[in-house]
Amino acid sequence: MEQTVNNKTYKVKKEHGLERMSASEITFKVIAYLFIGVFALLCLYPLIYSFSAAISGRVAVDTGSVVLWPVDVQWEAINEVIHTKYFWVAYCNTFFVTLFGTVYMMIISILGAYALSKKRLFGNKFFNFLLIFTMWFSAGTIPMYLNYMQTRTILAQMGIADQKWLIVLAMGMSAFNVILLRNAFDSVPKEIEEAAVVDGANDFQIMSKIYVPMSKATVATVALFFGISRWNGYFWAYKTVDNIYDFPLQVVIQSEIEQIEQDSAAGGTNITGAYAPMSIAYAMIICAIIPVLLIYPFIQKYFAAGVNLGGVKE
Amino acid sequence: MADTQFKVSDQKTAKAQTAAAIFPESMRASQDEVEAIEKSYWKRTLRDVLKDWRLYVMLLPLVFFLVCWKYFPIASMVVSFKYFKSDSSFGGGVFTSLWTGFDSLNTLFSSSDFWTAFRNTFILSFYGLIFGFPFPIILALFFSEIKNKVFLSISQVFTYLPKFISLVVITSLIGMLLTSANQYQAAGPIGWIFQNWFGQTNLLDDPNAFRSIYIISGIWETAGYSSIVYFAAILGISPTNYEAARIDGASKMQQIRYVTFPGMAPTLIIMLILRLGELLSIGFEKVYLLQQQGTVGANWETSQTIATFVINKYMASNQGLGASADLFNSLLSMVLVLGSNQIARKVSKTSLF
Repeated sequence: MEQTVNNKTYKVKKEHGLERMSASEITFKVIAYLFIGVFALLCLYPLIYSFSAAISGRVAVDTGSVVLWPVDVQWEAINEVIHTKYFWVAYCNTFFVTLFGTVYMMIISILGAYALSKKRLFGNKFFNFLLIFTMWFSAGTIPMYLNYMQTRTILAQMGIADQKWLIVLAMGMSAFNVILLRNAFDSVPKEIEEAAVVDGANDFQIMSKIYVPMSKATVATVALFFGISRWNGYFWAYKTVDNIYDFPLQVVIQSEIEQIEQDSAAGGTNITGAYAPMSIAYAMIICAIIPVLLIYPFIQKYFAAGVNLGGVKE
Repeated sequence: MADTQFKVSDQKTAKAQTAAAIFPESMRASQDEVEAIEKSYWKRTLRDVLKDWRLYVMLLPLVFFLVCWKYFPIASMVVSFKYFKSDSSFGGGVFTSLWTGFDSLNTLFSSSDFWTAFRNTFILSFYGLIFGFPFPIILALFFSEIKNKVFLSISQVFTYLPKFISLVVITSLIGMLLTSANQYQAAGPIGWIFQNWFGQTNLLDDPNAFRSIYIISGIWETAGYSSIVYFAAILGISPTNYEAARIDGASKMQQIRYVTFPGMAPTLIIMLILRLGELLSIGFEKVYLLQQQGTVGANWETSQTIATFVINKYMASNQGLGASADLFNSLLSMVLVLGSNQIARKVSKTSLF
């Protein structure tokens, strides 16, 4: 390493980290590595175990000899799950809800957040309060349940019998996400908007051509938040959808695994294959998280960025 | 009093005189014209509103959603004070059913199940705070100590991972990992440890185990992800502070005590206050899903929170009674949220709202 001070170049000896560390620092470092290593493995273990249990043979799973690695490998359990038509219908429903739900929520939120970020809007304070109040006070589960059931009736009367649309249209709003977007739009310099106004752009053009591209990171993060919550949504879909062909994946997994667990504990399963009954449950879990694992490396950085967007101010 | 009035009127006449002196007759505003200007404030506002019609069009979907699916349920909380019981009376029944006043609140407050649920809600979130809050901080401290880039990013990817997995999968996994062995099936790995080392079976049905299961799985699920905020705060501390502390002979613990903690104090305080505000609004979905594992109802003694109490007991039958429990829960959590927000404003000049 070289440093230049007053036109003279001094050689600076490169420091070796360990030489200068005191005993307590070394101890802490060792503990840190150990702790993080163990915790990271603990986070991963249930997934590895599920995979091993899903592809291990019947005897191995039934006698509990699977600990970490698969024993006596078979692929029939996963094959069985993949070839269940019901499972794929649920999968498609979840894709449907995630895709349309996220797009719908993003449209509502971006439009709303843009308008809310404009101080000149008459009634700006009132509309902001309307949004923020929903973060303070929420109707509990029963009023929401009654409301969703009414919505379902109204949608059915309008001719939308497909209950997936109930999930898409009526659920999944997050005031927090709208506020994230509003704050991002707030931080776009006013001069740019003024320049666009001089050039004759209207609000729709300013929003789509300037504000959204300039806050791309926040928009991506918020879309991710919406998408993840849609993908994972369980409770309201379970309570309000009564047509089994409209069930999203989570509802199906929950009910199927519950059934398998009960049967397995009572010895009442009549599966006669190369795999244990519980392997089917593990195979379902593996099939359900594979898409998430596949896109995880690409979206992880947005998630990390999203946490740090959290400082919300009025 | 009269004196000041005189003075004011005096000033007015003086001003009028100056104006008269400066401006010619034709440029002076008459009384009618002044009124017209005042009226024109509203005209101007109206014109602004009309000019910004696009903004209102943009706002419309959001407001429509909020009114239909956020405020309408709030309005239908009036069923707390009504006789609203049957499953079949949906559609308009919410506002037309008979009033019963505070009957359902009375019934609720006199039932011991409700108070058990109330206590459980507080205990679960309080334990979650005590054990769940420090863990991500410790994790972040350790993360900041790791200088090996590859090790750091791999371990971060692994520890954030559980946050991405859906609750249903997580609770199902908990159920499967904790099962004990019987004559038909083998134990899950964790169930096996408890069965063979501690002689504990059927952890899922054990009321004493529920809280630990909930808290520990919660830590497993969110610690890595929650540590990001603290990790960023620690990275924001200038290395020169540590240099100075080391020259003064501070050990690692002293450095953490006197450099790291003061440096990340604003983040710590804000996160703590946010957690305090959420004391009553713990996610009911995970508790509900955990209750479905094992024998349903076996661990209700400790697992029943207000939200799950309402869902399990009243959602299908007695909605009026359930809604009054919801009302009670929502009001209390609003007080907590606003209260902690006020404290946040006082303490750190940052606040959520």
